[in-house]
Amino acid sequence: MKEVLGDRKAILLFMLPALLIYIVILLVPIVWSSVYTFYEGSLIKGFSFVGIQNYIQLFNDSNFFSSLWITLKFTLIVTTGQVFLGLMLSLLYVFYIKRASFLIRTLVFFPVVLPTVAIAQLFAKLFEIAPNYGLVNSVLTAFHLETWVQAWLGQPETAFWILCIMEIWKAMGFYAVILYAGLMDVPEDVLEAAKIDGAKGWKMTQFIILPLIKPILISAIIFSLSGTLKVFEQVVALTGGGPGKSTTTLSVYMYQHAFTNGNYGYGSTVALFLLFMTLVVTLIVYKVSWKDQT
Amino acid sequence: MNTSGGKWIGNILGKLLVFIIVVITVYPVFWLLMSSLKAPGEFSTSPMYTLPESFHIQNYIDAWKDGNMGVYFRNSIIATFPSLLFIILFGAAAAFAIEKMRWKISRGMLLVFLVGIMVPVPIVLLPLFTIFFNVGLLNNLLGLILVYVAFGLPLTIFLFTSYFKAVPNELIESAVMDGASIYRIFISIAMPMIMNAVVTVTLVQFFFVWNDLIFAMTFISDSELRTIQTGLMSFSGEYGQRQWGPTFAAISMAVLPTLILYLFLNKTVMKGMTSGAVKG
Repeated sequence: MKEVLGDRKAILLFMLPALLIYIVILLVPIVWSSVYTFYEGSLIKGFSFVGIQNYIQLFNDSNFFSSLWITLKFTLIVTTGQVFLGLMLSLLYVFYIKRASFLIRTLVFFPVVLPTVAIAQLFAKLFEIAPNYGLVNSVLTAFHLETWVQAWLGQPETAFWILCIMEIWKAMGFYAVILYAGLMDVPEDVLEAAKIDGAKGWKMTQFIILPLIKPILISAIIFSLSGTLKVFEQVVALTGGGPGKSTTTLSVYMYQHAFTNGNYGYGSTVALFLLFMTLVVTLIVYKVSWKDQT
Repeated sequence: MNTSGGKWIGNILGKLLVFIIVVITVYPVFWLLMSSLKAPGEFSTSPMYTLPESFHIQNYIDAWKDGNMGVYFRNSIIATFPSLLFIILFGAAAAFAIEKMRWKISRGMLLVFLVGIMVPVPIVLLPLFTIFFNVGLLNNLLGLILVYVAFGLPLTIFLFTSYFKAVPNELIESAVMDGASIYRIFISIAMPMIMNAVVTVTLVQFFFVWNDLIFAMTFISDSELRTIQTGLMSFSGEYGQRQWGPTFAAISMAVLPTLILYLFLNKTVMKGMTSGAVKG
């Protein structure tokens, strides 16, 4: 038994392809990227060692802080939106539409699988103003709300909000289905008992349901946070970071420095900061949830 | 204290709410598909929310030929399917060794792979760009395949180990007793037992790989090698705003494969996409 299941040659053969490609393409680059943070230059210009200068630059770079702020704002708004709307939808599925909710779940989940680029292009068309009004401006005109017609993606404030709305729209069905699965695991008799004790509506949700689905709510929050912190494709495809710097998130800022300006060292420093931030956020959320459970 | 009148109003409001939710999620996509069928003149003469006057299929032909979408589709297919094959093959083999074979650091190995789930893509872009530049994998779909496999493995291994857990050890042990080799056990016993999971994981990875933008736009600059997502980015650029019809058709084409796949396999897709989140 031990010979067959502990066959070192077989283990090696099973593990090697996956491990090799994973180490070379994923793990080595992380270390390599950390080394880049002490250098300046690019493939074309060549590299020179600069010590901690990139880190000093990072903490004196107002553009970095502005993109950090935009990322945090985006993360906070979108995570709240996705998880809250997901929760509301899941409650709707379980308590209002009940068993017949499959069709609605399927429809609301559908944007999750669509390519981000296509969604961004679609949203750009929805909110277009020139040469023709897009759907939104067109509908506003039909309701005689001409004063509301505007270049949605051409103004910093509205462009940022449309980015948020797009991301919430795309993913809320995902969180709804996760939380729905959590709600389905809540024993029926617990809910019955609470009902008999007079709990209903928001009270029921707050004191009975939320505590019971807490673990799954926390994984939903972690998922959403880690996804939104590294937001890149949505921005590139919808606004390209503009207008101005209003939608330049950290990963977009990193990309601009690395590939547009050809500064690998500084780009890597921003990327390392992003990795660090993702890890810290995950740890904090795990810590908080762990403390509450004991 | 619900009167029947109150209940009736509540019922209507509830129905209305569900209706609004469905409209918000479905209508934009419906609008996209309808707009892709409009003739050029319609965009300036009638408002955006009107239905097309006739089915102007020419938009699709223009997008496919002049807009190069045909080439982009080919490239996406070339990059996606080998990636999926290797992700499943390597992922299942590694998960089998981790979950069903007996060696000291198997748990540690699983942990090493799990780290990969959290890694933000920007951190690997520059080193990979350097590596690919040096070995000639820039502007090469093989480079993309390597990246997709590496980034697909963590979640795949994580999911497969949890599915292999459900395969009874007695089954494997009795096969060992009967003298089957470990390779035989993997191929003829373990793999068939998780065939449903293979379908699910393949679908999940399909959506990740097929929808990727960041790797494709970093490692491919040759327009003849662009994938659908990068092609779509440049598409609206080249045509500008004048050619609305083909632009809408191109976006619709990017959406259609996933739309069709989803319509047929929605249950499996939903289960697969969320299982990683639920278990993690």
